[in-house]
Amino acid sequence: MTVNQISIFIENKSGTLVKVLKLLKSEGIQLIASTIADTAEYGIFRIICSAPDRAYNVLKEAGVAVSLCEVFAIQLDDVPGRAADAIGLFANEGISIAYLYSFLLKGKGVLIFRTDNADRAREVIAKNNLKAIPEKDLSLLL
Amino acid sequence: MSEYFNPELETLTRSEIEALQLERLKATVAHCYSGSEFYRKRLDSIGLRPEDIRSLDDLKKIPFTTKQDLRDTYPFGMASVPLEKCTRLHSSSGTTGNPTVILHTQKDLEQWANAVARCLWMVGCRPEDVFQNTSGYGMFTGGLGFQYGAEKLGMLTVPAAAGNTLRQLKFFTDFGTTVVHAIPSYAARLYEVMCERGIDPRRDTRLRTLVIGAEPHSEDTRRRIEDMLGVKAYNSFGMSEMMGPGVAFECKEQNGMHIWEDYFIVEIVDPDTLEPVPDGEIGELVLTTINREAMPLLRYRTRDLTRIIPGDCPCGRHHKRLDRMKGRSDDMIILKGVNIFPIQIETILMQFKELASDYLITLETLEDNDAMTVEVELSDMFIDDYSALQKLEKEITRQLRDEILITPRVRLVPKGSIPKSEGKAVRVKDLRKQYQ
Repeated sequence: MTVNQISIFIENKSGTLVKVLKLLKSEGIQLIASTIADTAEYGIFRIICSAPDRAYNVLKEAGVAVSLCEVFAIQLDDVPGRAADAIGLFANEGISIAYLYSFLLKGKGVLIFRTDNADRAREVIAKNNLKAIPEKDLSLLL
Repeated sequence: MSEYFNPELETLTRSEIEALQLERLKATVAHCYSGSEFYRKRLDSIGLRPEDIRSLDDLKKIPFTTKQDLRDTYPFGMASVPLEKCTRLHSSSGTTGNPTVILHTQKDLEQWANAVARCLWMVGCRPEDVFQNTSGYGMFTGGLGFQYGAEKLGMLTVPAAAGNTLRQLKFFTDFGTTVVHAIPSYAARLYEVMCERGIDPRRDTRLRTLVIGAEPHSEDTRRRIEDMLGVKAYNSFGMSEMMGPGVAFECKEQNGMHIWEDYFIVEIVDPDTLEPVPDGEIGELVLTTINREAMPLLRYRTRDLTRIIPGDCPCGRHHKRLDRMKGRSDDMIILKGVNIFPIQIETILMQFKELASDYLITLETLEDNDAMTVEVELSDMFIDDYSALQKLEKEITRQLRDEILITPRVRLVPKGSIPKSEGKAVRVKDLRKQYQ
Protein backbone atom coordinates (compact mmCIF):
# COMPACT_ATOMS: atom_id res chain seq x y z
CA MET A 1 0.00 0.00 0.00
CA THR A 2 3.03 2.32 0.48
CA VAL A 3 6.19 3.19 -1.42
CA ASN A 4 9.64 4.01 -0.09
CA GLN A 5 10.73 7.59 -0.11
CA ILE A 6 14.27 8.85 0.36
CA SER A 7 14.61 12.11 2.30
CA ILE A 8 17.85 14.05 2.19
CA PHE A 9 18.86 17.03 4.27
CA ILE A 10 20.31 19.61 1.89
CA GLU A 11 22.11 22.73 2.98
CA ASN A 12 21.21 25.82 1.01
CA LYS A 13 24.57 26.09 -0.69
CA SER A 14 25.53 25.72 -4.31
CA GLY A 15 26.71 22.25 -5.26
CA THR A 16 24.93 20.27 -2.56
CA LEU A 17 21.97 19.16 -4.69
CA VAL A 18 24.11 18.16 -7.64
CA LYS A 19 26.33 16.09 -5.36
CA VAL A 20 23.34 13.96 -4.36
CA LEU A 21 22.06 13.64 -7.94
CA LYS A 22 25.49 12.58 -9.18
CA LEU A 23 25.68 9.83 -6.58
CA LEU A 24 22.33 8.45 -7.78
CA LYS A 25 23.42 8.75 -11.38
CA SER A 26 26.60 6.79 -10.70
CA GLU A 27 24.44 3.91 -9.47
CA GLY A 28 22.07 4.10 -12.42
CA ILE A 29 19.15 4.96 -10.17
CA GLN A 30 16.27 6.74 -11.87
CA LEU A 31 14.17 9.45 -10.27
CA ILE A 32 10.43 8.95 -10.57
CA ALA A 33 9.34 12.01 -8.61
CA SER A 34 11.00 14.50 -6.32
CA THR A 35 10.27 17.64 -4.37
CA ILE A 36 12.18 20.25 -2.42
CA ALA A 37 10.90 23.32 -0.64
CA ASP A 38 12.88 26.52 -0.27
CA THR A 39 13.69 27.70 3.22
CA ALA A 40 16.39 30.16 4.19
CA GLU A 41 18.95 27.72 5.50
CA TYR A 42 18.21 24.19 4.33
CA GLY A 43 15.80 22.00 2.46
CA ILE A 44 14.53 18.44 2.60
CA PHE A 45 14.91 16.79 -0.79
CA ARG A 46 12.34 13.98 -1.08
CA ILE A 47 12.69 11.37 -3.79
CA ILE A 48 10.72 8.45 -5.17
CA CYS A 49 13.15 6.43 -7.25
CA SER A 50 13.66 3.10 -8.99
CA ALA A 51 15.80 1.54 -6.25
CA PRO A 52 15.24 3.22 -2.87
CA ASP A 53 17.19 0.72 -0.75
CA ARG A 54 20.26 1.00 -2.96
CA ALA A 55 19.91 4.77 -3.13
CA TYR A 56 19.75 4.93 0.67
CA ASN A 57 22.92 2.86 1.06
CA VAL A 58 24.86 4.83 -1.52
CA LEU A 59 23.97 8.15 0.04
CA LYS A 60 24.58 6.92 3.57
CA GLU A 61 28.03 5.64 2.64
CA ALA A 62 28.83 9.00 1.06
CA GLY A 63 28.04 10.64 4.40
CA VAL A 64 24.80 12.30 3.27
CA ALA A 65 22.14 12.91 5.94
CA VAL A 66 19.46 10.62 4.59
CA SER A 67 16.44 8.71 5.84
CA LEU A 68 14.11 6.16 4.31
CA CYS A 69 10.40 6.14 5.05
CA GLU A 70 7.11 4.89 3.72
CA VAL A 71 4.67 7.23 2.06
CA PHE A 72 1.34 6.62 0.35
CA ALA A 73 1.15 6.60 -3.44
CA ILE A 74 -2.34 6.71 -4.88
CA GLN A 75 -3.17 6.41 -8.52
CA LEU A 76 -5.99 8.57 -9.87
CA ASP A 77 -7.77 8.80 -13.16
CA ASP A 78 -6.56 11.74 -15.21
CA VAL A 79 -9.81 13.66 -14.78
CA PRO A 80 -10.27 17.07 -13.12
CA GLY A 81 -11.40 16.86 -9.48
CA ARG A 82 -10.05 13.41 -8.60
CA ALA A 83 -7.43 14.80 -6.21
CA ALA A 84 -10.10 16.80 -4.40
CA ASP A 85 -12.24 13.70 -4.03
CA ALA A 86 -9.39 11.57 -2.74
CA ILE A 87 -7.98 14.07 -0.25
CA GLY A 88 -11.52 14.90 0.83
CA LEU A 89 -11.90 11.35 2.11
CA PHE A 90 -8.98 11.84 4.50
CA ALA A 91 -10.13 15.29 5.56
CA ASN A 92 -13.57 13.87 6.43
CA GLU A 93 -11.89 11.44 8.78
CA GLY A 94 -9.85 14.22 10.40
CA ILE A 95 -6.57 12.95 9.01
CA SER A 96 -4.07 15.67 8.13
CA ILE A 97 -1.71 15.55 5.18
CA ALA A 98 1.83 16.42 6.29
CA TYR A 99 3.03 16.99 2.74
CA LEU A 100 2.00 15.99 -0.75
CA TYR A 101 3.39 16.02 -4.26
CA SER A 102 2.17 14.53 -7.50
CA PHE A 103 3.25 13.43 -10.94
CA LEU A 104 1.80 11.89 -14.08
CA LEU A 105 2.82 8.42 -15.14
CA LYS A 106 1.49 6.64 -18.22
CA GLY A 107 -1.54 8.88 -18.36
CA LYS A 108 -2.43 8.34 -14.71
CA GLY A 109 -2.03 10.85 -11.92
CA VAL A 110 -0.08 9.73 -8.84
CA LEU A 111 -0.37 11.49 -5.47
CA ILE A 112 2.48 10.92 -3.03
CA PHE A 113 1.72 11.98 0.53
CA ARG A 114 2.35 11.47 4.18
CA THR A 115 -0.34 11.75 6.84
CA ASP A 116 -0.27 12.30 10.57
CA ASN A 117 -1.88 8.90 11.14
CA ALA A 118 -0.74 6.11 8.82
CA ASP A 119 -2.95 3.38 10.31
CA ARG A 120 -6.16 5.32 9.89
CA ALA A 121 -5.09 6.43 6.43
CA ARG A 122 -4.74 2.75 5.50
CA GLU A 123 -8.30 2.14 6.67
CA VAL A 124 -9.59 5.03 4.57
CA ILE A 125 -7.77 3.71 1.51
CA ALA A 126 -9.12 0.19 1.99
CA LYS A 127 -12.69 1.27 2.76
CA ASN A 128 -12.92 3.52 -0.29
CA ASN A 129 -11.09 1.21 -2.68
CA LEU A 130 -8.50 3.86 -3.50
CA LYS A 131 -5.81 2.51 -5.78
CA ALA A 132 -2.69 2.55 -3.65
CA ILE A 133 0.48 1.60 -5.48
CA PRO A 134 2.74 -0.88 -3.67
CA GLU A 135 6.50 -0.47 -3.94
CA LYS A 136 6.95 -3.49 -6.20
CA ASP A 137 4.56 -2.08 -8.80
CA LEU A 138 6.20 1.28 -8.94
CA SER A 139 9.19 0.33 -11.05
CA LEU A 140 6.92 -1.72 -13.30
CA LEU A 141 5.15 1.49 -14.21
CA LEU A 142 8.34 3.00 -15.58
CA MET B 1 39.65 73.66 38.44
CA SER B 2 42.36 71.03 38.23
CA GLU B 3 42.82 68.72 35.31
CA TYR B 4 43.17 65.92 37.82
CA PHE B 5 40.76 64.33 40.27
CA ASN B 6 43.58 63.05 42.51
CA PRO B 7 46.29 65.55 41.47
CA GLU B 8 49.08 64.10 43.63
CA LEU B 9 48.50 60.45 42.77
CA GLU B 10 47.84 61.07 39.09
CA THR B 11 51.01 63.08 38.52
CA LEU B 12 53.47 60.92 40.45
CA THR B 13 56.77 60.49 38.65
CA ARG B 14 57.88 56.99 37.67
CA SER B 15 60.16 56.65 40.66
CA GLU B 16 57.43 57.89 43.00
CA ILE B 17 54.98 55.41 41.49
CA GLU B 18 57.43 52.57 41.97
CA ALA B 19 58.17 53.53 45.55
CA LEU B 20 54.46 53.62 46.35
CA GLN B 21 53.95 50.30 44.57
CA LEU B 22 56.68 48.60 46.58
CA GLU B 23 55.24 49.88 49.85
CA ARG B 24 51.75 48.72 48.88
CA LEU B 25 52.94 45.40 47.48
CA LYS B 26 54.69 44.56 50.76
CA ALA B 27 51.56 45.44 52.70
CA THR B 28 49.34 43.44 50.31
CA VAL B 29 51.46 40.29 50.45
CA ALA B 30 51.58 40.49 54.25
CA HIS B 31 47.82 41.01 54.35
CA CYS B 32 47.16 38.04 52.02
CA TYR B 33 49.53 35.85 54.01
CA SER B 34 47.86 36.58 57.31
CA GLY B 35 44.28 36.85 56.06
CA SER B 36 43.87 34.29 53.28
CA GLU B 37 44.35 30.59 53.81
CA PHE B 38 44.65 30.17 50.06
CA TYR B 39 47.61 32.55 49.74
CA ARG B 40 49.27 31.37 52.95
CA LYS B 41 49.31 27.80 51.63
CA ARG B 42 50.43 28.92 48.22
CA LEU B 43 53.33 31.02 49.50
CA ASP B 44 54.28 28.36 52.05
CA SER B 45 54.40 25.78 49.28
CA ILE B 46 57.29 27.65 47.66
CA GLY B 47 58.82 28.75 50.94
CA LEU B 48 58.16 32.44 50.33
CA ARG B 49 57.58 34.70 53.34
CA PRO B 50 56.08 38.21 53.07
CA GLU B 51 59.37 39.70 54.28
CA ASP B 52 61.10 38.17 51.23
CA ILE B 53 59.44 40.84 49.11
CA ARG B 54 62.07 43.56 49.18
CA SER B 55 61.87 45.00 45.67
CA LEU B 56 59.27 45.17 42.91
CA ASP B 57 61.33 42.57 41.11
CA ASP B 58 60.57 40.11 43.92
CA LEU B 59 56.96 40.06 42.70
CA LYS B 60 58.10 37.50 40.12
CA LYS B 61 58.70 34.98 42.90
CA ILE B 62 54.98 34.84 43.59
CA PRO B 63 53.01 32.22 41.62
CA PHE B 64 50.28 33.37 39.27
CA THR B 65 46.63 33.41 40.33
CA THR B 66 44.13 32.14 37.77
CA LYS B 67 40.40 32.18 37.21
CA GLN B 68 40.48 28.48 38.06
CA ASP B 69 41.80 29.38 41.52
CA LEU B 70 38.76 31.63 41.98
CA ARG B 71 36.46 28.79 40.90
CA ASP B 72 38.21 26.25 43.12
CA THR B 73 37.84 28.47 46.17
CA TYR B 74 34.22 29.41 45.42
CA PRO B 75 32.53 31.17 47.08
CA PHE B 76 34.61 32.80 49.83
CA GLY B 77 37.92 30.93 49.86
CA MET B 78 40.02 33.77 48.44
CA ALA B 79 38.98 36.37 50.98
CA SER B 80 41.71 37.98 53.06
CA VAL B 81 39.30 39.45 55.60
CA PRO B 82 36.50 37.85 57.64
CA LEU B 83 33.21 37.86 55.76
CA GLU B 84 31.59 40.24 58.24
CA LYS B 85 33.96 42.97 57.05
CA CYS B 86 32.67 42.63 53.48
CA THR B 87 29.80 44.76 52.25
CA ARG B 88 29.43 43.86 48.56
CA LEU B 89 29.68 40.79 46.40
CA HIS B 90 29.87 40.64 42.62
CA SER B 91 29.81 37.39 40.71
CA SER B 92 30.40 36.32 37.15
CA SER B 93 27.90 34.10 35.41
CA GLY B 94 29.14 30.57 35.05
CA THR B 95 26.52 27.90 34.98
CA THR B 96 28.99 25.44 33.45
CA GLY B 97 31.57 25.57 36.20
CA ASN B 98 31.52 27.42 39.47
CA PRO B 99 31.03 31.12 39.03
CA THR B 100 33.67 33.49 40.37
CA VAL B 101 32.95 35.68 43.36
CA ILE B 102 34.60 39.01 44.12
CA LEU B 103 34.17 40.50 47.58
CA HIS B 104 34.54 44.14 48.61
CA THR B 105 34.84 45.91 51.92
CA GLN B 106 33.42 49.39 52.38
CA LYS B 107 36.91 50.80 51.84
CA ASP B 108 37.27 48.78 48.62
CA LEU B 109 34.02 50.26 47.33
CA GLU B 110 35.22 53.76 48.17
CA GLN B 111 38.51 53.17 46.40
CA TRP B 112 36.68 51.71 43.41
CA ALA B 113 34.38 54.73 43.21
CA ASN B 114 37.44 56.97 43.45
CA ALA B 115 39.11 55.17 40.53
CA VAL B 116 36.02 55.53 38.34
CA ALA B 117 35.61 59.17 39.34
CA ARG B 118 39.27 59.78 38.48
CA CYS B 119 38.72 58.24 35.03
CA LEU B 120 35.60 60.25 34.33
CA TRP B 121 37.21 63.47 35.51
CA MET B 122 40.16 62.74 33.22
CA VAL B 123 37.88 62.79 30.16
CA GLY B 124 36.35 66.07 31.21
CA CYS B 125 33.35 65.09 33.31
CA ARG B 126 32.48 67.68 35.96
CA PRO B 127 29.78 67.94 38.67
CA GLU B 128 27.51 69.94 36.34
CA ASP B 129 27.36 67.01 33.93
CA VAL B 130 24.44 64.57 33.72
CA PHE B 131 25.66 60.97 33.45
CA GLN B 132 23.42 58.26 32.04
CA ASN B 133 24.51 54.66 32.49
CA THR B 134 23.11 52.15 30.00
CA SER B 135 24.96 49.23 31.57
CA GLY B 136 23.14 46.30 33.05
CA TYR B 137 22.91 46.69 36.81
CA GLY B 138 23.04 43.79 39.24
CA MET B 139 25.96 41.40 39.20
CA PHE B 140 27.49 43.12 36.16
CA THR B 141 30.04 45.59 37.55
CA GLY B 142 29.46 48.14 34.77
CA GLY B 143 26.23 49.14 36.48
CA LEU B 144 27.05 49.88 40.10
CA GLY B 145 30.73 50.55 39.30
CA PHE B 146 29.95 53.56 37.13
CA GLN B 147 27.03 54.59 39.34
CA TYR B 148 29.17 55.03 42.46
CA GLY B 149 32.04 56.59 40.52
CA ALA B 150 29.85 59.14 38.76
CA GLU B 151 28.15 60.01 42.06
CA LYS B 152 31.53 60.35 43.75
CA LEU B 153 32.54 62.84 41.09
CA GLY B 154 29.34 64.70 41.83
CA MET B 155 27.42 64.27 38.59
CA LEU B 156 23.67 63.84 38.46
CA THR B 157 23.68 60.13 37.71
CA VAL B 158 20.85 58.35 35.90
CA PRO B 159 20.83 54.55 36.43
CA ALA B 160 18.89 53.99 33.22
CA ALA B 161 20.28 50.42 32.97
CA ALA B 162 20.27 48.34 29.82
CA GLY B 163 17.71 48.29 27.04
CA ASN B 164 14.48 50.21 26.44
CA THR B 165 16.04 52.49 23.85
CA LEU B 166 13.08 54.83 23.54
CA ARG B 167 13.19 55.53 27.25
CA GLN B 168 16.95 56.13 27.04
CA LEU B 169 16.33 58.75 24.34
CA LYS B 170 13.59 60.39 26.37
CA PHE B 171 16.01 60.67 29.31
CA PHE B 172 18.62 62.23 27.01
CA THR B 173 16.30 64.99 25.98
CA ASP B 174 14.35 65.44 29.25
CA PHE B 175 17.28 65.29 31.67
CA GLY B 176 19.84 66.95 29.42
CA THR B 177 22.24 64.00 29.57
CA THR B 178 25.78 65.05 28.64
CA VAL B 179 27.75 61.85 29.33
CA VAL B 180 26.71 58.32 28.42
CA HIS B 181 28.27 55.00 29.23
CA ALA B 182 27.40 52.34 26.66
CA ILE B 183 28.96 49.40 24.90
CA PRO B 184 29.91 50.43 21.33
CA SER B 185 27.23 48.35 19.62
CA TYR B 186 24.56 49.92 21.83
CA ALA B 187 25.86 53.41 21.06
CA ALA B 188 25.33 52.62 17.37
CA ARG B 189 21.87 51.30 18.16
CA LEU B 190 20.99 54.52 20.02
CA TYR B 191 21.94 56.51 16.94
CA GLU B 192 19.89 54.23 14.69
CA VAL B 193 16.77 54.79 16.79
CA MET B 194 17.46 58.53 16.98
CA CYS B 195 17.43 58.62 13.18
CA GLU B 196 14.18 56.68 13.03
CA ARG B 197 12.59 59.15 15.45
CA GLY B 198 13.99 62.23 13.72
CA ILE B 199 16.24 63.11 16.66
CA ASP B 200 19.45 64.88 15.73
CA PRO B 201 21.93 64.23 18.53
CA ARG B 202 23.76 67.52 17.89
CA ARG B 203 20.62 69.63 17.73
CA ASP B 204 18.28 67.84 20.12
CA THR B 205 20.57 66.55 22.88
CA ARG B 206 23.42 67.87 25.00
CA LEU B 207 25.50 64.70 24.56
CA ARG B 208 29.19 65.50 24.66
CA THR B 209 31.06 62.50 26.02
CA LEU B 210 30.67 58.80 25.52
CA VAL B 211 32.39 56.18 27.60
CA ILE B 212 32.72 52.88 25.79
CA GLY B 213 34.12 49.61 26.94
CA ALA B 214 33.41 46.00 27.79
CA GLU B 215 33.10 45.15 24.10
CA PRO B 216 36.20 45.03 21.91
CA HIS B 217 36.03 47.54 19.09
CA SER B 218 38.29 48.99 16.45
CA GLU B 219 39.53 52.56 16.12
CA ASP B 220 37.30 52.89 13.04
CA THR B 221 34.25 51.94 15.07
CA ARG B 222 35.12 54.56 17.67
CA ARG B 223 35.51 57.30 15.04
CA ARG B 224 32.25 56.32 13.38
CA ILE B 225 30.37 56.44 16.67
CA GLU B 226 31.91 59.82 17.46
CA ASP B 227 30.73 61.14 14.08
CA MET B 228 27.26 59.72 14.48
CA LEU B 229 26.56 61.14 17.92
CA GLY B 230 28.75 64.23 17.77
CA VAL B 231 30.66 63.22 20.89
CA LYS B 232 34.14 62.30 22.06
CA ALA B 233 34.26 58.59 22.82
CA TYR B 234 36.74 57.25 25.37
CA ASN B 235 37.78 53.65 25.69
CA SER B 236 37.74 52.04 29.10
CA PHE B 237 39.03 48.79 30.52
CA GLY B 238 37.87 46.93 33.55
CA MET B 239 37.18 43.46 34.79
CA SER B 240 35.22 42.28 37.78
CA GLU B 241 38.22 40.42 39.25
CA MET B 242 40.06 43.75 39.41
CA MET B 243 36.89 45.44 40.80
CA GLY B 244 35.18 46.39 37.51
CA PRO B 245 35.34 49.58 35.46
CA GLY B 246 38.01 52.10 36.45
CA VAL B 247 41.08 49.88 36.04
CA ALA B 248 42.35 51.70 32.95
CA PHE B 249 40.92 54.57 30.95
CA GLU B 250 41.87 56.79 28.08
CA CYS B 251 42.76 60.38 28.73
CA LYS B 252 41.88 63.18 26.32
CA GLU B 253 44.76 62.14 24.07
CA GLN B 254 42.74 59.01 23.12
CA ASN B 255 45.96 57.12 22.70
CA GLY B 256 46.01 54.18 25.11
CA MET B 257 44.40 53.66 28.50
CA HIS B 258 46.25 54.81 31.63
CA ILE B 259 46.23 51.99 34.13
CA TRP B 260 46.22 53.28 37.68
CA GLU B 261 49.49 52.06 39.06
CA ASP B 262 48.69 53.15 42.59
CA TYR B 263 45.98 50.43 42.43
CA PHE B 264 47.66 47.79 40.27
CA ILE B 265 51.05 46.45 39.33
CA VAL B 266 51.09 45.68 35.62
CA GLU B 267 53.02 42.90 33.96
CA ILE B 268 52.83 41.81 30.34
CA VAL B 269 54.02 38.23 29.90
CA ASP B 270 54.41 35.77 27.09
CA PRO B 271 51.35 33.51 27.56
CA ASP B 272 53.39 30.38 26.77
CA THR B 273 56.63 30.95 28.67
CA LEU B 274 55.08 33.34 31.23
CA GLU B 275 58.25 35.41 30.98
CA PRO B 276 57.89 39.20 30.80
CA VAL B 277 57.93 40.83 27.37
CA PRO B 278 59.45 44.29 26.78
CA ASP B 279 57.21 47.37 26.70
CA GLY B 280 55.59 47.71 23.29
CA GLU B 281 55.28 43.99 22.69
CA ILE B 282 51.99 42.14 22.90
CA GLY B 283 51.51 39.62 25.69
CA GLU B 284 49.09 38.61 28.39
CA LEU B 285 48.12 41.23 30.94
CA VAL B 286 48.89 40.15 34.51
CA LEU B 287 47.68 42.37 37.34
CA THR B 288 48.37 42.50 41.05
CA THR B 289 45.99 44.53 43.18
CA ILE B 290 47.81 46.66 45.75
CA ASN B 291 44.93 48.71 47.05
CA ARG B 292 42.34 46.18 48.16
CA GLU B 293 41.27 44.74 51.47
CA ALA B 294 38.65 42.07 50.97
CA MET B 295 40.19 40.03 48.23
CA PRO B 296 43.55 41.12 46.86
CA LEU B 297 44.76 39.08 43.89
CA LEU B 298 48.47 38.49 43.34
CA ARG B 299 49.67 38.22 39.75
CA TYR B 300 46.24 37.49 38.32
CA ARG B 301 46.34 36.20 34.76
CA THR B 302 43.65 38.22 32.98
CA ARG B 303 44.02 36.25 29.74
CA ASP B 304 43.63 39.54 27.87
CA LEU B 305 46.30 40.22 25.27
CA THR B 306 47.58 43.76 25.00
CA ARG B 307 50.78 45.79 25.14
CA ILE B 308 52.18 48.73 27.03
CA ILE B 309 52.41 51.80 24.82
CA PRO B 310 55.99 53.02 25.30
CA GLY B 311 56.81 56.66 25.94
CA ASP B 312 55.32 59.57 27.83
CA CYS B 313 51.78 60.85 27.48
CA PRO B 314 51.37 64.60 26.94
CA CYS B 315 48.59 64.65 29.55
CA GLY B 316 51.12 64.71 32.38
CA ARG B 317 50.24 61.35 33.86
CA HIS B 318 53.06 58.85 34.12
CA HIS B 319 50.81 55.87 34.77
CA LYS B 320 51.47 53.39 31.99
CA ARG B 321 49.15 53.14 29.02
CA LEU B 322 47.58 49.90 27.79
CA ASP B 323 46.78 49.53 24.12
CA ARG B 324 43.29 48.35 23.22
CA MET B 325 42.81 44.64 23.87
CA LYS B 326 44.14 42.49 21.03
CA GLY B 327 42.39 39.25 21.88
CA ARG B 328 42.56 36.50 24.47
CA SER B 329 45.13 33.91 25.41
CA ASP B 330 42.37 31.43 26.23
CA ASP B 331 39.28 30.63 24.19
CA MET B 332 36.97 33.03 25.99
CA ILE B 333 34.75 35.07 23.69
CA ILE B 334 33.69 38.57 24.63
CA LEU B 335 30.50 39.45 22.80
CA LYS B 336 28.44 42.52 23.65
CA GLY B 337 30.23 42.75 26.97
CA VAL B 338 29.33 39.19 27.92
CA ASN B 339 32.04 36.63 28.59
CA ILE B 340 31.38 33.30 26.93
CA PHE B 341 33.43 30.12 26.86
CA PRO B 342 32.89 27.73 23.92
CA ILE B 343 32.54 24.87 26.41
CA GLN B 344 29.27 26.43 27.62
CA ILE B 345 27.91 26.21 24.09
CA GLU B 346 29.27 22.72 23.56
CA THR B 347 27.68 21.45 26.76
CA ILE B 348 24.25 22.59 25.60
CA LEU B 349 24.63 21.24 22.07
CA MET B 350 25.77 17.82 23.22
CA GLN B 351 22.54 17.32 25.15
CA PHE B 352 20.60 17.06 21.88
CA LYS B 353 20.57 13.55 20.50
CA GLU B 354 19.57 14.99 17.11
CA LEU B 355 23.00 16.66 16.84
CA ALA B 356 26.41 15.30 15.96
CA SER B 357 29.52 16.48 17.82
CA ASP B 358 30.90 19.03 15.37
CA TYR B 359 30.02 22.69 15.60
CA LEU B 360 31.44 26.05 14.64
CA ILE B 361 30.91 29.40 16.34
CA THR B 362 31.29 32.39 14.02
CA LEU B 363 31.50 35.94 15.34
CA GLU B 364 31.02 38.77 12.90
CA THR B 365 30.23 42.43 12.77
CA LEU B 366 26.99 43.01 10.89
CA GLU B 367 26.57 46.71 10.30
CA ASP B 368 27.63 47.95 13.73
CA ASN B 369 26.43 44.98 15.69
CA ASP B 370 28.43 41.99 16.74
CA ALA B 371 26.59 38.74 16.22
CA MET B 372 27.15 35.06 16.85
CA THR B 373 26.19 32.21 14.55
CA VAL B 374 26.36 28.63 15.79
CA GLU B 375 26.49 26.02 13.05
CA VAL B 376 25.94 22.51 14.26
CA GLU B 377 25.86 19.22 12.42
CA LEU B 378 22.84 16.97 12.51
CA SER B 379 23.46 13.44 13.68
CA ASP B 380 22.56 10.35 11.65
CA MET B 381 19.10 10.39 13.16
CA PHE B 382 17.86 12.71 10.47
CA ILE B 383 14.27 13.86 10.85
CA ASP B 384 12.21 14.19 7.69
CA ASP B 385 10.01 16.95 9.02
CA TYR B 386 10.36 20.72 8.53
CA SER B 387 8.40 21.69 11.59
CA ALA B 388 10.38 19.32 13.79
CA LEU B 389 13.63 20.80 12.44
CA GLN B 390 12.40 24.31 13.11
CA LYS B 391 11.33 23.33 16.60
CA LEU B 392 14.76 21.83 17.16
CA GLU B 393 16.44 25.03 15.98
CA LYS B 394 14.28 27.13 18.27
CA GLU B 395 14.89 24.90 21.26
CA ILE B 396 18.67 24.99 20.74
CA THR B 397 18.52 28.79 20.43
CA ARG B 398 16.47 29.11 23.60
CA GLN B 399 18.75 26.91 25.66
CA LEU B 400 21.88 28.69 24.38
CA ARG B 401 20.29 32.02 25.20
CA ASP B 402 19.59 30.91 28.75
CA GLU B 403 23.20 29.83 29.15
CA ILE B 404 25.18 32.61 27.47
CA LEU B 405 22.65 35.48 27.77
CA ILE B 406 22.99 36.31 24.09
CA THR B 407 20.73 35.06 21.32
CA PRO B 408 22.82 33.35 18.66
CA ARG B 409 21.67 32.44 15.18
CA VAL B 410 21.54 28.65 15.08
CA ARG B 411 22.08 26.85 11.77
CA LEU B 412 21.57 23.13 11.35
CA VAL B 413 23.96 21.73 8.79
CA PRO B 414 24.39 18.23 7.35
CA LYS B 415 26.87 15.89 8.91
CA GLY B 416 30.39 16.33 7.55
CA SER B 417 29.87 19.85 6.27
CA ILE B 418 31.90 21.66 8.95
CA PRO B 419 35.52 21.62 7.78
CA LYS B 420 37.68 19.37 9.93
CA SER B 421 41.10 20.59 10.85
CA GLU B 422 44.16 18.52 11.51
CA GLY B 423 44.77 18.24 15.22
CA LYS B 424 42.97 20.71 17.47
CA ALA B 425 39.44 21.43 16.32
CA VAL B 426 38.67 25.00 15.30
CA ARG B 427 35.54 25.91 17.23
CA VAL B 428 35.52 29.68 16.95
CA LYS B 429 35.95 31.88 13.90
CA ASP B 430 36.22 35.54 14.85
CA LEU B 431 35.58 37.74 11.82
CA ARG B 432 34.79 40.84 13.87
CA LYS B 433 36.52 44.04 12.87
CA GLN B 434 38.28 44.84 16.13
CA TYR B 435 40.76 41.99 15.99
CA GLN B 436 41.83 42.77 12.44
